[in-house]
Amino acid sequence: MFSILRSIWYVFLHAFRRRFTVQYPDRLRRLPPRWRGRIILARDPDGGERCVACYLCAMACPVDCIALQATEDDHGRRYPEFFRINFSRCIFCGFCEEACPTRAIQLTPDYEMAEYERPNLVYEKEDLLIAGPGKYPGYNFYRVAGVSIKGKQKGQAEGEQPPEDVKTLLP
Amino acid sequence: MSAILLAILLALGVLLAVLILAGGLVWAERRLLGLWQDRYGPNRVGPFGVLQVVADGIKILMKEDWVPPFADRSVFVLAPAMMMAAVLLPFAVIAFAPGIAVADLNIGLLFFLGMSSLAVYGAALAGWSSNNKYSLLGSIRAVGQMISYEVFMGLALMGVVILTGSFRLGDIVRAQAGMWFCVPQLPGLVLFLIAGLAETRRIPFDMSEADSELVAGYHTEYSGIKFALYYFNEYIGVSLISALITALYFGGWLGPWLPPLLWFFLKTLVLIGFFILVRATLPRLRYDQLMSLGWKVLLPLALLNLLATGAVVLATGH
Repeated sequence: MFSILRSIWYVFLHAFRRRFTVQYPDRLRRLPPRWRGRIILARDPDGGERCVACYLCAMACPVDCIALQATEDDHGRRYPEFFRINFSRCIFCGFCEEACPTRAIQLTPDYEMAEYERPNLVYEKEDLLIAGPGKYPGYNFYRVAGVSIKGKQKGQAEGEQPPEDVKTLLP
Repeated sequence: MSAILLAILLALGVLLAVLILAGGLVWAERRLLGLWQDRYGPNRVGPFGVLQVVADGIKILMKEDWVPPFADRSVFVLAPAMMMAAVLLPFAVIAFAPGIAVADLNIGLLFFLGMSSLAVYGAALAGWSSNNKYSLLGSIRAVGQMISYEVFMGLALMGVVILTGSFRLGDIVRAQAGMWFCVPQLPGLVLFLIAGLAETRRIPFDMSEADSELVAGYHTEYSGIKFALYYFNEYIGVSLISALITALYFGGWLGPWLPPLLWFFLKTLVLIGFFILVRATLPRLRYDQLMSLGWKVLLPLALLNLLATGAVVLATGH
């Protein structure tokens, strides 16, 4: 009996404690920066697209929600012709972000993506591409890779030595 | 003529006040439960969420008012109305202030006890007429619980009657002018509180509803306005028990400098808040625990209380 009365008293004291409800949409919960929300496609610090259409994210995706098609521009730089993510299938696991070698595809702490019609949940590249580098500011894949694109020949990457002319190696 | 008109107006006033109180309880219960559970209750619809009652009312009236084809139609429709009559009528005998009572019968308390027995019919007939296993189980539990707890509810009240010498609620309130009956009759107060919780099937005695276990007990098949009536009946029952406890144990309208009616109202509101606090705190009793508590613990305690009160009154000659 005493424990019942004591419980009633303790619950009554809860009236004087702070309430934990976050009044959405007037206030939003603070999310950590690595929170897995809406997917974006980031750009280089120089402004080009980071995505090289390597299909690694589409292979890593456990629910096959990513569809893309690779193509090359005139100077040999690969980029996706179309890049489509079906957000009604996406489970926001982050495997695509882990698989991407160029830090192109990233998950951001944004969740307000509700739509009235299901086809509106399929995001194209224009909907996914952002203007900045996203979560990884300094990284430019083409500056460290050995591929030659417009403005950079083989041997001009960071930390790379110029290619050896094998004819000079002959005894 | 004007006396009759005044009586009719008083009756209508009490009815209106009770219905408004029960409607306000819909909002108050959800807000108070939220207060004690570290969250907000409804606070979007109207200032502090008071229009939630209107929203709930519109929602429930828009629901399909369906009588199951396998159910006993006439009894099915009558059961909530019977229960509502049984919980509304005792408000007629409660004396809210000196002179303000619809019918201050000289057997007022006995009338309340009789009406609470009739309320059992509402629960029993609902489950029986639904023609549904779960409803029947729920109503069996409700009937068993209500009947068992009525036994010592009456006995606990007898302590008050012995101290007063009358069943009339007005006399009982006036007899508390020296000392409120919650002091000499503390065991009786606790017993009547527990019995009141069980009569209105509030938590911790809501095994007959058992929201997560028995679908919805005896009102499983009810929808729309009939379900709203049951929902209201619970709140009217809570208001009734609170008003009775105020009148019987906490001095009714007695108090220093506020008008008597306001005192009665305030005390009733505090007790209703206590009912809601108990709902926020206690887990549900299992049905066999409930029955054994009623018969093996509380009934002997009620008898002891009666014995002690009678002995003291006889010895001291009050």
